[in-house]
Amino acid sequence: MSKQVVQLSRVVIRFAGDSGDGMQLAGDRFTSETAGMGNDLSTLPDFPAEIRAPAGTLPGVSAFQLHFADHDIMTPGDSPNVLVAMNPAALKANLNDVPRGADIIVNTDEFTKRNLVKVGYETNPIEDGSLEPFKVHPIALTSMTVEALKDFDISKKEAERAKNMFALGLLCWLYHRPTEGTVDFLTAKFGKKPEIMKANLRAFEAGWSYGETTEEFSIQYEISPAPMKAGTYRNMSGNLALSYGLIAASKLSGLTLFLGSYPITPASDILHELSRHKRFGVMTFQAEDEIAGVGAAIGASYGGALGVTTTSGPGVALKSEAIGLAVSLELPLLVVDVQRGGPSTGLPTKTEQSDLLQAMFGRNGEAPVPIVAPQSPSDCFYAAIEAARIAITYRTPVFLLSDGYLANGSEPWCVPDVSALAKIEPNFATELNHEAADGTMEFWPYLRDPETLARPWAVPGTAGLEHRIGGIEKADGAGTISYDADNHDKMVRLRQAKVDAVARSIPELVVDDPAGDARVLILGWGSTYGPIGAACRLVRGEGKSVAQVHLRHVNPLPSNLGTILKKYDCVILPEMNLGQLSMLLRAKYLVDIIGYNQVRGMPFKSDELAAVINDVLESM
Amino acid sequence: MTTDAFPALSLVPKADAPQSAKDFKSDQEVRWCPGCGDYAILSTVQSFLPDLGLKRENIVFVSGIGCSSRFPYYLDTFGLHSIHGRAPAIATGLATSRPDLSVWVITGDGDALSIGGNHLIHALRRNVNLKILLFNNRIYGLTKGQYSPTSERGKITKSSPQGSLDYSFNPVSLALGAEATFVARTIDSDRKHLTEVLTAAAGHEGAALVEIYQNCNIFNDNAWEPLKDSDTSDDLMMRLVHGEPIRFGKNQEKGVVRKSDGHLEVVEVAKVGLDNIISHDAHAKDPGLAFALSRLSNPRTLENTPIGVFRDITRSSYDRLMREQIAEVTADQGAGDLQTLLLGKDTWAVS
Ligand SMILES: Cc1ncc(C[n+]2csc(CCOP(=O)(O)OP(=O)(O)O)c2C)c(N)n1
Ligand code: SF4
Ligand SMILES: [Mg+2]
Repeated sequence: MSKQVVQLSRVVIRFAGDSGDGMQLAGDRFTSETAGMGNDLSTLPDFPAEIRAPAGTLPGVSAFQLHFADHDIMTPGDSPNVLVAMNPAALKANLNDVPRGADIIVNTDEFTKRNLVKVGYETNPIEDGSLEPFKVHPIALTSMTVEALKDFDISKKEAERAKNMFALGLLCWLYHRPTEGTVDFLTAKFGKKPEIMKANLRAFEAGWSYGETTEEFSIQYEISPAPMKAGTYRNMSGNLALSYGLIAASKLSGLTLFLGSYPITPASDILHELSRHKRFGVMTFQAEDEIAGVGAAIGASYGGALGVTTTSGPGVALKSEAIGLAVSLELPLLVVDVQRGGPSTGLPTKTEQSDLLQAMFGRNGEAPVPIVAPQSPSDCFYAAIEAARIAITYRTPVFLLSDGYLANGSEPWCVPDVSALAKIEPNFATELNHEAADGTMEFWPYLRDPETLARPWAVPGTAGLEHRIGGIEKADGAGTISYDADNHDKMVRLRQAKVDAVARSIPELVVDDPAGDARVLILGWGSTYGPIGAACRLVRGEGKSVAQVHLRHVNPLPSNLGTILKKYDCVILPEMNLGQLSMLLRAKYLVDIIGYNQVRGMPFKSDELAAVINDVLESM
Repeated sequence: MTTDAFPALSLVPKADAPQSAKDFKSDQEVRWCPGCGDYAILSTVQSFLPDLGLKRENIVFVSGIGCSSRFPYYLDTFGLHSIHGRAPAIATGLATSRPDLSVWVITGDGDALSIGGNHLIHALRRNVNLKILLFNNRIYGLTKGQYSPTSERGKITKSSPQGSLDYSFNPVSLALGAEATFVARTIDSDRKHLTEVLTAAAGHEGAALVEIYQNCNIFNDNAWEPLKDSDTSDDLMMRLVHGEPIRFGKNQEKGVVRKSDGHLEVVEVAKVGLDNIISHDAHAKDPGLAFALSRLSNPRTLENTPIGVFRDITRSSYDRLMREQIAEVTADQGAGDLQTLLLGKDTWAVS
């Protein structure tokens, strides 16, 4: 039966099911096949903090959203065109996001009386007409999977578990995705359990053939590849990109990468990833707590390694005192904060940008620390290298502020040629550097470079440079203990001036204003880059003008930011917090800023931000 | 003595010429209270370090916060005065990534056992290549005299005017319970014994915990005096020597036996006969004997206080294990290539 093929320019698919239903896996596989097709794409996994909340309940719903297109896109999509709901809980939890007219594929086998009651459905939504605004495809996914696998030597439970592959097969058929990658993947994943492997392959094929033969789907869709600049691409998630960026920084600087870390969502995957790369000489130390993690990283940096610690907000709180020590010791250190919903334990698996002020000020005393914030999943790679460059060049701890959305989201990445990446020069001190009153040469650990204000990094093992440093205030230059009031005042200002000096090494901001006549500027930092950019396109598509500028360096701020802010009648700043950057910018530049603040654990939607921009435009 | 005498230090470069205590004195003025026990320890360490025969620049002292933790400033080696309680964690990063260094941690009873208790036990259990010198004066010196985790219960201090309620830690018992591979105790004023213990610690691969009874003459004067006073010390203190019967007393009249229920007891040698006195075995795999010995002492009267090396066993150090794992993986998979890593297995080309 040959079916009608319709060309689409973009699609958003959301797979939703129970935590145990394998939705993340199905989503990952679909993403891989889609990446291979050359579409631009962006993904958003959304899973609960509990590993397996009670089956069939709302808290147990795990979802994976994928946006793919024949043109370049910036977000995982506002609302799904297709929702795959593996049970009533998945339907109920996601229905609010589904626009009228969208396709909903439901697994009817799970819509039992018991499961409906569990989530508070009094009648079956598939039958009671409440889904009328949508194109519903009721499919007995579980029983069809079990039927397809009846000849396999596996239990019913094991057969049922393959239903995610059936669903994946169906979706792959529906959107013309290739299947080889998934076949290879399943073959490798279940290599040690051949019967399970064959069953999963069969379920995948069965889903595909079902699409081909059923009358439920009369149309098949095609999304052409997106034009992208020439190169070799792969799909890249934020935590993976960040891990690779750290390894790259170690190579580019010639320094051993030493990670001291304590597991915490959503940062643990960086620890996991780096632990796999010992062949790069990477040392990973799973510490007894966050304090030991950063402590060990500082110790390693003192010894001449690239000391890194990875964590999320609660871990940063524990590390504060040690980060202050690194400020005082003036040693390179990377503190990676993959932000999540707070305060306290908050929302471990949800995203937020609410650690900005903690990164800026969360230490005793005047303890300035540069902050770099990646703006997309793959940008985590370059942001990690940039943070390492600042840390090593300026002998300072640097915050890398990622977040849960970047960490788990993914997009196609044009793999760079590593020989084109700039080297980072550690410039270890090897020589005596100061002439004492009696004319002999001596070593001053706090004699600064006049340009960067960085102090010499003299590592143990360097003959003649033995010296003692610590967290007590040090005499300017000599580095010996000093309680002198004027000296302290000077040192506090010098440490600030050093961080400010970083601004001279970062590129000036370039405003994006295609029409050139915008009076409204929308500004953002970190992971809001995609949603803000997509919102600007929507607004410009309506023939209106809006300018966009985005911060990757949040401290120090790029030197032309003040001038830019003053050029516009109105500045909008969306943040996934209650206005932390707004507060800093108002204080620093004395400009008014219209904050748009949401802390819902999810990235902004582009139509939501477009509405914000439009409101402002209309009010002018 | 040269480094050859310390196989555990084989990766640390040796000095080109003999050194003297003077080489290890920094130009910083020492600022402890006159009469503080820390002076004696400093002077002994300065005289002992030349025995190791190591390049000075390859020795690092890392400390936390407290009077004792000022120690690194006074030694002309590399020194890092860190934050309260965290020295073992910081030193772990240094020692793990730099096997060519001899890394020493200086800490106090508050620093190591209160705020830093967690780091101490984990550094010990991992057998990180650190020599940890715990200056136990049974008081918080730097903050002017509050009771500490080793203070005897009921101690009157500024923060415990009616007497402290806390039961105290025995650092040796704690370290043994934390899987430490080397545990010893010594006394600030006993230069010879201190030197012996430091020498043994330096020769140990991995973590060594040395508890040093130290006098704070300002806030807890004479805390260990009965062990130092020649009139009483022989009666109270047993000197542990590996392989030797555990005997003490002015005339060696006391000894340690194992009772039928397995517990240790201090008895008169004459009553049980020398054959029944147990010998010290610091190399025993099982820490049971060492632990039992550590429990003999009375924290209030200081009766039956063992000093010397309780335990000294061989176990790979953390840095060695990490290096071996990295070497194994690298031999297995080949050295990493960044470009290959970035490309991964699942790429597509756009032209
Ligand atoms: C985070 C933090 N909390 C508290 C202090 C204050 N403090 C400094 S030293 C000290 C206790 C030191 O006692 P101990 O470790 O026994 O060292 P001693 O001075 O007796 O040698 C305290 C509580 C500090 N410096 N940092
Ligand atoms: S207070 Fe006590 S421990 Fe501190 S320096 Fe004075 S005597 Fe020594
Ligand atoms: Mg003390």
